[in-house]
Amino acid sequence: MKISPEILDQYQAVIGLEVHAQLLTKSKAFSSDRNEYGNLPNTNTSPISLGHPGTLPVLNEKSAEYAVRLGLACNCDIRELNEFARKNYFYADLPKGYQITQDTTPICTGGSISIKTPDGIAKNVGLTRIHMEEDSGKSIHDLSPFETLIDLNRAGVPLLEIVSEPDMSSGDEAYAYLTEVRKLFRYLEVCDGNMEEGSLRCDANISVMKKGSKVYGTRVEVKNLNSIRNVKRAIEFEINRHISVLENGGEIKKVTLTFNAATGETSIMRTKEEADDYRYFPEPDLQPLTISQEYIQSIKSTMPPLPNELFSKYVDELKLSEYDAGVLTDDKYFALYFEELLNHVADAKNATNWMMGEVKGYLNEMAIEIDKFDCTPIRLAEVINMVDEGTMGRSLASQQLFPLVVQHPSKSARALAEEFQLVQVGNEDELQSWIQQALDKYPEKVQEYRGGKKGIIGLFMGEVMRLSQGKADPKITSQLIQKALDQ
Amino acid sequence: MALSDYSFVNLASVREDLISKKISASDLVELYLKRAEEEDKYNAFLEVFSESARATAASLDQKIASGETIGELVGAIIGLKDNLCYKNHHVGASSKILEGFKSLYTATAVQRLIDQDAIIIGRLNCDEFAMGSSNENSAYGVVKNPIDPSLVPGGSSGGSAASVAAGLCMASLGSDTGGSIRQPASFTGLVGLKPTYGRISRYGLIAFASSFDQIGPFTKSVDDSELLYKIMAGKDVLDSTSSIKPIHKERSGQSKFTFAYYEEVINSPGLHPKTKTLFLEKIDALKAAGHKVISTSFPYLEQLVPCYYVLTTAEASSNLGRYDGVHYGARSEASEDIPSTYFNSRTEGFGPEVKRRIMLGTFVLSTGYYDAYYSKGQKVRRLIKDATDDILSKADFLISPTTPHPAFKIGEKANDPIALYLEDIFTVQANLAGNPAISVPMGMTDEGLPLGFQFLGKSFDEKTLFAAASLI
Repeated sequence: MKISPEILDQYQAVIGLEVHAQLLTKSKAFSSDRNEYGNLPNTNTSPISLGHPGTLPVLNEKSAEYAVRLGLACNCDIRELNEFARKNYFYADLPKGYQITQDTTPICTGGSISIKTPDGIAKNVGLTRIHMEEDSGKSIHDLSPFETLIDLNRAGVPLLEIVSEPDMSSGDEAYAYLTEVRKLFRYLEVCDGNMEEGSLRCDANISVMKKGSKVYGTRVEVKNLNSIRNVKRAIEFEINRHISVLENGGEIKKVTLTFNAATGETSIMRTKEEADDYRYFPEPDLQPLTISQEYIQSIKSTMPPLPNELFSKYVDELKLSEYDAGVLTDDKYFALYFEELLNHVADAKNATNWMMGEVKGYLNEMAIEIDKFDCTPIRLAEVINMVDEGTMGRSLASQQLFPLVVQHPSKSARALAEEFQLVQVGNEDELQSWIQQALDKYPEKVQEYRGGKKGIIGLFMGEVMRLSQGKADPKITSQLIQKALDQ
Repeated sequence: MALSDYSFVNLASVREDLISKKISASDLVELYLKRAEEEDKYNAFLEVFSESARATAASLDQKIASGETIGELVGAIIGLKDNLCYKNHHVGASSKILEGFKSLYTATAVQRLIDQDAIIIGRLNCDEFAMGSSNENSAYGVVKNPIDPSLVPGGSSGGSAASVAAGLCMASLGSDTGGSIRQPASFTGLVGLKPTYGRISRYGLIAFASSFDQIGPFTKSVDDSELLYKIMAGKDVLDSTSSIKPIHKERSGQSKFTFAYYEEVINSPGLHPKTKTLFLEKIDALKAAGHKVISTSFPYLEQLVPCYYVLTTAEASSNLGRYDGVHYGARSEASEDIPSTYFNSRTEGFGPEVKRRIMLGTFVLSTGYYDAYYSKGQKVRRLIKDATDDILSKADFLISPTTPHPAFKIGEKANDPIALYLEDIFTVQANLAGNPAISVPMGMTDEGLPLGFQFLGKSFDEKTLFAAASLI
């Protein structure tokens, strides 16, 4: 169904996302069972997470702490008196017959997440609420031909559900929102953000209406979206489907859909008529959780720097490009490395070039993250400072000293430079001999220079650097070459 | 001395008899196993744990012989209501849906008794999932009252009452959601305690209505009741609703109390005449002994039972959701997929009273009815709690008969659930408000049927409750 751009342009999509994040706590939300991915089925269990008769939940306060961290990062209002509720429904992998969640008193309300639209414009996506709840187990349908198997390792794993306002209007914006949310999770270390393993899950609510309309269109919900890209694809598919249904005089039905990543299409999971009545009511087995201002302050004092704060600092204060600031803040530990590096070097732009060039290049080449990078920010700063003070040329530092520093993390950069005789040569006699060799090698180029093609000096410079294995002091060399050519 | 001559006086003297080697734990266990196996004409025991009881007794005898420190409950032969978990032992809430189920762990209250060297002798019949006031709702048959086997023992902890009344064990544990300890204690002439909500950990008690349920003891005396209470009570990290408030060491020394009672209830025509006479006699005796007795009224008498049923059935409908035939317990053979597994397992596994309450509870929580029933029920509960506190700000105790009538005939009210629900009129207030309450025998009808006198005390003030209970 191809829709003309003119028609597309008459419509506006309204998108809200519900994100479920599994928290990186050591134990489950309401029991001391391990919270670990990838263990043998039904080994992270106890009578509590198996829902055995007589068992009771006890709150893991870490999940509340993580919720407060996320709430603070998004400028949410944090509720003082938190009640838990039961959401009752029958499902084979829900051992208690209900899920413990929060209904009328979510721990966080309001707040927002800032994204960049594809046009590069900043946009705030509002948050409706963030609440705590527990995960269900897993039904496994493909291991046995005649039976469904149940793994309750996941049952009771703590979740935060983050519900956005319907503030997004395209698949691209949803993509940007989820990327920001995931980045935030990783900075705060509340969730590893792995959508493939299901530790981050997303449902999308989508409707379309004519531009300028005040009445929302009928909304559908798409579930089972297992990557950020698929969220975008599903939304784009649905927007198109809605518009073509409406253009053909049809009507959108309020349904829950599932997305098939192989075909790129959605299909109906259930219709509204089959919707459950979850019979929410306050969980009588748990006391309400009180979150004091003092507690919030104590969490605030341990908050890591946030990606958007660092981004603004880099662009506004350090005058870095938005591109550089984006790359620097994409990963928390990359940014923290850079932050530490800034403490030891004079010029931020120079430090940025090293981060974006040598460091990023090395990490990519080795396919590692920065936490596995052996060169400390202090060592790297030594290298940078040796270049800045003129002890060593940029290329010598980059090509020879940097690899040595990475290989020998326990030695200082200066000691390494000495040991491997990487000290810059500024001695005129030595330089003159390399310059002479370079001029002798390209006599016709010497003529071209003297004929007015001044730019060719770079060729001789390069040759001297090759001959000197990068050790020639570039400043003096340059002067001497010029002098030799002008004779 | 011949074993069969051993007569139980109280738990403290059993301990002395063991320490002085008058009798061994093993002999005691054999005696009680024989009784439980041969003399249980009342259908009180669902299962006698002979193997583990013998093993415990043997290790206790060794412990005594070696001079090790022994617990406060050494030699205490204790039965458990069939809704209390005991590791590697069957537990089923007298329901077919848990047929064959063994617990993987021990309830905190039970563990605390075991830690004091109590011997658990078996599990006791009760109304299915503790829902009932006559023990006629068990999947394993009616329990008979040892006073007169044509009568009910009360419920839901009917087996717990009958077993102690018949001398088949020395004490037992029950659970009390709306009177399920106090009413059967009253019907069988025993002391029955419902502690303050939050006093005894509910961990390992199969839930009926979580915000009402409390574990408590059935005993022959107030002293034994207090002893068991003190051992079981206290904070448990596995139950978030358990209180950190300290447990008393010494009973309150207060000797003169103020008692309040509802005059209009005592004068209501629904009350058995002997209940009224005995209760008024007790009031006179209390006054004569220098206590103050005041009459009062309660603005929500009419609301007590309806409020109780709205809220307890709501919680029960959710608590019983886990019995679905999927994870443990009975699964219907007739099932072929998930919906039919749920439908058939629950249809076959639950008895009619449990189904009735699940349906009621599901209804009151449903969209469109929640505000009219559940939400309103919660507000009324708040009012009841405040009004109860108000009375207890003017009096030390609220007193009443435990039940309007003595034990009734088996089958007499089985087809009249409303009449049965009204049996709860005196007992539900303590569960709605959370207060502790105790039933102690106050005398008998002309036919020799026991009647109970109930003290409802201030929250977390069991210290004074036991002092008052020993007055009767």
